[in-house]
Amino acid sequence: MTIISPDIKPAAAPGASRVLLAYLRRDRLALAAAIFLALFVMAAILGPWLVGDAASRLGLRQRNLAPFSLEHSWIYFLGADTLGRPLLARLIVGAQSTLGIAAAAVFSSMLIGGTLGLIAGYSERWYSHMILRLADVVMSFPSLLLALIVLYTLGPSITNLVIVLAITRMPIYLRTARAEVLELRERMFVSAARSMGAGPARILLKHIAPLVLPTLITIAAIDFATVILSESALSFLGLGIQPPDFTWGAMVANGRGYLSTAWWIAFWPGLAIMLTTLSLNILSNWARTVADPQQRWRLQTLRKAAR
Amino acid sequence: MKNKHDSILKGEGPILKIEGLTVDFLSNDEPVRAVDNVSFNVNRGETLVILGESGSGKSVSTSTVMDLVDCPPGDIVGGSCLFDGTELSRLDAEGRRNINGRRIAMIFQDPLAYLNPVYTVGRQIAEVFESHDAAHGKQARANAIELLRRVGIPEPESRVDFYPHQFSGGQRQRVMIAMAIALKPDILIADEPTTALDVSVQAQILDLLRDLQSETGMALVMITHDLEVAASMADRIIVMNGGKIVESGLAQEVFSNPQHPYTRRLIAALPHGEAAETSHRRSTDLTGATLLKVQHLTKEYVLASGAFAGKRTFKAVDDVSFEVRKGETLGIVGESGSGKSSIARILLRLNDPSFGEAIYAGENIFEMSGKCLVAFRRKVQMVFQDPYGSMNPRVNVRAIISEPWAIHRDLLPRSKWKDRVAELLDLVGLRPEHAERYPHQFSGGQRQRIAIARALASQPELIVCDEAVSALDVSIQAQVIDLLADLRTRLGLSYIFITHDLPIVRHFADRILVMKQGKVVEEGPTSALFSAPRHEYTQSLLKAVPKPKWLMSTEAPPAVPGAPRPERTRNGSVAG
Repeated sequence: MTIISPDIKPAAAPGASRVLLAYLRRDRLALAAAIFLALFVMAAILGPWLVGDAASRLGLRQRNLAPFSLEHSWIYFLGADTLGRPLLARLIVGAQSTLGIAAAAVFSSMLIGGTLGLIAGYSERWYSHMILRLADVVMSFPSLLLALIVLYTLGPSITNLVIVLAITRMPIYLRTARAEVLELRERMFVSAARSMGAGPARILLKHIAPLVLPTLITIAAIDFATVILSESALSFLGLGIQPPDFTWGAMVANGRGYLSTAWWIAFWPGLAIMLTTLSLNILSNWARTVADPQQRWRLQTLRKAAR
Repeated sequence: MKNKHDSILKGEGPILKIEGLTVDFLSNDEPVRAVDNVSFNVNRGETLVILGESGSGKSVSTSTVMDLVDCPPGDIVGGSCLFDGTELSRLDAEGRRNINGRRIAMIFQDPLAYLNPVYTVGRQIAEVFESHDAAHGKQARANAIELLRRVGIPEPESRVDFYPHQFSGGQRQRVMIAMAIALKPDILIADEPTTALDVSVQAQILDLLRDLQSETGMALVMITHDLEVAASMADRIIVMNGGKIVESGLAQEVFSNPQHPYTRRLIAALPHGEAAETSHRRSTDLTGATLLKVQHLTKEYVLASGAFAGKRTFKAVDDVSFEVRKGETLGIVGESGSGKSSIARILLRLNDPSFGEAIYAGENIFEMSGKCLVAFRRKVQMVFQDPYGSMNPRVNVRAIISEPWAIHRDLLPRSKWKDRVAELLDLVGLRPEHAERYPHQFSGGQRQRIAIARALASQPELIVCDEAVSALDVSIQAQVIDLLADLRTRLGLSYIFITHDLPIVRHFADRILVMKQGKVVEEGPTSALFSAPRHEYTQSLLKAVPKPKWLMSTEAPPAVPGAPRPERTRNGSVAG
């Protein structure tokens, strides 16, 4: 069954960003996710400047203060932790290091893993086997142990933390990208490009990478939560972010011991992690639809014929 | 034949009645009308052929009957489908399942895509019985074996446990037919059932369908773009174009006295035997210098061997030699698996040969590398069989056609790309504004034109066409071939034209190579080959072209030897 649209008039080419905005408005869920993420990014940028002092101010009278009370101040609306620090302020300030580290780690593991996966999938030379065995080594080595070794030798710092997280998550992207490339490189349009004289670099970048990217972005969105949590595990072992600096993951770890008495200490940062991941997922799903010319109609205004 | 069955089966009047069916596909702009006010009837025991080019709405209208159109983007604007007195659009999911598969069955063009590769065919046929509660366990398996025997699969007792990939294309289509007729449907809808098959296999499948129909008295709705297939099967015929029915009536009348201009054009485009001899599409000047000389080309594949079996090799191409002169069209004809596509892929260096050489402009293609190979790939282009698969679905037509210039930077400065794309689109009969669209928005014929425009973009000397027009209907085929012939005259191109369709090459090729199982069995100028075929394989190919049904009504339909006539039992299953 072929769907043909004979008379698509050349649209009066509105800017690409306006078209994207229109597509975003069509998908209510994606719009909400985008607004939510924008809020978090704003908080990460402006947070320390707005409520920076409040986040580290001890308040012995507000220790384990329950949420939803406006008795003390609006900043205590979400409750306070064991040392009486307002959770709302800590969430806002924690957003910067949490999102910064997770974004950097996820992005670099996607970039490195994706690139290596493209090469390993397309080439049949010795280095493609090398790359695969390398990924196997990283995958089979317990990631926490790897992190421990690296961070003990290099010393804890944010850069080292990002490197470790990026390396341990990389094999997933590598394996997925390779599997997709193996299928795509047998497709007819790749043969067609080769018969036209296109070199491997052009085929990989122009023809294969754009079709692999949506899958990788979807994995990255899911992986975001995993990275936030592994970062908190490393911080817990004293290898990641050191107090007084903190992240959402560290806040969850902090509140773990008080789940029966003061659930809100672990709940709010946990909710923030979940909502961030969910929003990223929804947004990546939207991006995949936009990137696929055959799926794009889902985001377009479908005008029905008069009847 | 038709009347006999009408009297056997209960009820009078049409079994399927479609009235004013209109289907839209929605998009950002105006909805696209795929089917426009289509009405037709199907009577018990008759064959209705729906004829039309790709994109004419013939598949969409029958998919609506089976409820296979996704809504959205589909949108059924109006119309009714009355099946045996039941309005199909009012049925719930359960009611639909009772009709689909049991009373209306469908077979598709590409049986490999519709058979599940990880289950044996026996299990897939048995599933039809089990899902409709017609038979279970051993009984279902016995029925499956019986069905396989009926559709002419040899040794059904052992083949029932084979997987789809272990069957040939024609046998897979037989398996699909077995699944479709398992529950003795009242209507069998066949959507281009033989398009992917070779002429001789096609003839066998059509014979099988005719036999099954006369045995069971089912109605057959056949969708095709192939006039000869239509003529050989149809009692009545509907011609569709642009979503509308342009002509309908008894097959013989429509074929011998077409009323609508579109039908007239289709029938005029049908290659008529001797008329092709005076075709203007062949080249006139045959004195050109040799452009490509292929010698002793051989491609061997090592088959997977078990622990105890020795290493076996399979020769896909076996010692093939030929040459192509400048301005000449060489046709390579053979069935699928005869090695003709392997030759194309080897010549373009997409696969490596086992041995042999191909001299192009004084140099051996198989020893080229680096710059030399890139230059060669500029001069030799290929048009692939499946124009949709050969284009990146994520980029628009402008990017597809400009690709050769992006690869060979010295061909054309970037500032001139836009104008040249418009020029090329115009050359192949498309509009310049089509450049902004994506491949999926075009019909098969249009996509093939885009593929040709892309091949022309690098100003090649030789174009290899691998089944380039096989998926198109006759009138479009004729247009594309005219276009190719015209370009050859104007630009001095040479073609290697690979196809399984003899009438097409008769028009277009200057010399023909007939291949079978990797070997060249016959070679010669087109006229000589058609008037006096020497090899028996060539003779059988020429004979396999389907004949119109009204001409063979006097002969008895050829029966499959040893096939028992299945009895019709109360629950509608085949008695084993």
